[in-house]
Amino acid sequence: MCLGIPARLVELPAGESAIGIVELGGARRAVNVALVAEEGLAEGDFLLVHVGFAIAKMEAEEAARTIADLEALGGPYRDELESMNRGGSR
Amino acid sequence: MSANERELARRLVAEIAHLAQQERFRFMEVCGGHTHTIYRYGIPSLLPANVEFVHGPGCPVCVIPMGRVDDAIALATEEAITLCCFGDLLRVPGGRGSLMEARAEGADVRIVYSPLDALALAEREPERQVVFLAVGFETTAPATALTVLRAAARRIANFSVLCNHVTIEEPLRALLGAPGVALDGLIGPGHVAVVTGAAAFGFIPAEFSLPIVVSGFEPNDLLESVAMLLRQHRFGQCLAENQYRRAVSDAGNLAAQAVIAKVFTRRERFAWRGLGEIERSAYGLREEFSRFDAEVRYGVPGVSVPDPRACRCGEVLRGARKPWQCGVFGTACTPERPIGTCMVSSEGACAAYYHYGRLGDSGLQPARVR
Ligand code: SF4
Repeated sequence: MCLGIPARLVELPAGESAIGIVELGGARRAVNVALVAEEGLAEGDFLLVHVGFAIAKMEAEEAARTIADLEALGGPYRDELESMNRGGSR
Repeated sequence: MSANERELARRLVAEIAHLAQQERFRFMEVCGGHTHTIYRYGIPSLLPANVEFVHGPGCPVCVIPMGRVDDAIALATEEAITLCCFGDLLRVPGGRGSLMEARAEGADVRIVYSPLDALALAEREPERQVVFLAVGFETTAPATALTVLRAAARRIANFSVLCNHVTIEEPLRALLGAPGVALDGLIGPGHVAVVTGAAAFGFIPAEFSLPIVVSGFEPNDLLESVAMLLRQHRFGQCLAENQYRRAVSDAGNLAAQAVIAKVFTRRERFAWRGLGEIERSAYGLREEFSRFDAEVRYGVPGVSVPDPRACRCGEVLRGARKPWQCGVFGTACTPERPIGTCMVSSEGACAAYYHYGRLGDSGLQPARVR
C-alpha cells in the first residue's frame, strides 16, 4: 500500500484548484493535487500518486521509464491500478 | 527492463562486487516496498554472498498490533457503522479474527482505494456512520489529514477516522538503539522521504554512525543505493544520501508536512506489532478535530493483545530473523491463512519471500535481472 505510482497529468479542470486528471494504465482518474499545487502544475507533468493524492512532481523521463517498468512488474502494481481505476468503495 | 537498464544493472553489480571484496556487509532496507522489489527481482542472487539485505520495520500493514485490529472489528460490527479500509488490511489477524471474517459474519466492511472514497461514501449514504481505518507512515498521513480537513469544510457529520498513522523515525531509533544490532547501513524509505525530505534521516549517521541512502523502488535504484553505501564505506564516509532525487528533495513536501501538523498531534506512545510500545511514534487527531476521531466518538476496547506464541514477526520486523527462520513460515502461516502480519501485505517480508524468494536461498533460483 506504500506504492507511489507515477502518472501523467492530462487535464487541470477549470475552477477546481485541488483536482487534476491523470492518465494511468490507459484509464483516467481524478486525483487530489493540493499537496503539489504550490510547485506550479501544467498538463504533461508527471506526478507521483499515492492513495488518490499527488505527493510529488517527478522528472518526466524518469517517470516514463518507471511506468514502463511497473507495468512489466505486474503484481501489486496491477492491484493498485485496479483498485484505483475502480475508484470509490466496494 | 531496457537494454540500457540491463547494462546499468550489470555495471552496478560489478561495482558492488568490487567494492565489497570479501568483507561482510548487512544493509537494512527500511521499507516494505523495497523488500518486495528485492525479492521480486531476485536481487540477493545477483549480489555477492557477503552483501546481505536485512528487512526493516517499514511495512505499515505489518506493524498494526492485534489489539488495533480488534478495535476496528468492534467498530465494524456496530449496527450503524460502515468501516472503510485499504484492501491490504482485510486479512490482518487480530486477537479475534480478521476484518474479512467479520465481514463474512455480516459486518459492513468496505475496501477503498483512497480516504477520499470513504468520505464520498459518507456523503452518499448520510444514514450510515462511515469510519475510515487509517494506517500508514508519513507517506499516507497527509492524505488522511486532507480528507479530515475536507470533511470539516463540508461539515460532514457521519465521517470519522480510526487513526493508526505512524512515524518512521521513532521505531528506527528504538531498533538501532537496541543492543546487538549489527548493521552497516540503511536503505531509506523513498516514499516516506518524499514527504519528510531526505534530510530528516540525518539522525542516522549523526547518532548511530551508520550511512543511509534514500532509495527509489526500481531494481536499479536499489542496486545503486547499495553501491552508494559501499562507496561511503570505501571512502570512510558516513552520510545521509539521496539516490531518489527524481522524487525526493532535501526538505520534503512542505505542504504535506503542514497538513500533518495541522490535523495530527503525537500520541504519547503507541503499540507496534512485535516491537512493543514506542514513545511518540504515532499520530492521533488534534482535539479540534475530535468530532472526526472515531476513538473519541465511539470509544474502542483498546485492549492490547499479545502476539501469537508461534509468531516471529517482531524479530522479522527488527531484521533479527529471516522469514524462513520462523517455525510456521509457509506451513501454518501462508498468505491465505496468515498467523502474523508480515505474511499479509505483499510488502511484508514473509509474503515477499513466500511469493518470490523461497527457492532463492536453497540455491535453486537462477540469477536474473528482468
Ligand atoms: S511466517 Fe508468519 S508468523 Fe512467522 S514471522 Fe512471518 S508472518 Fe510472522
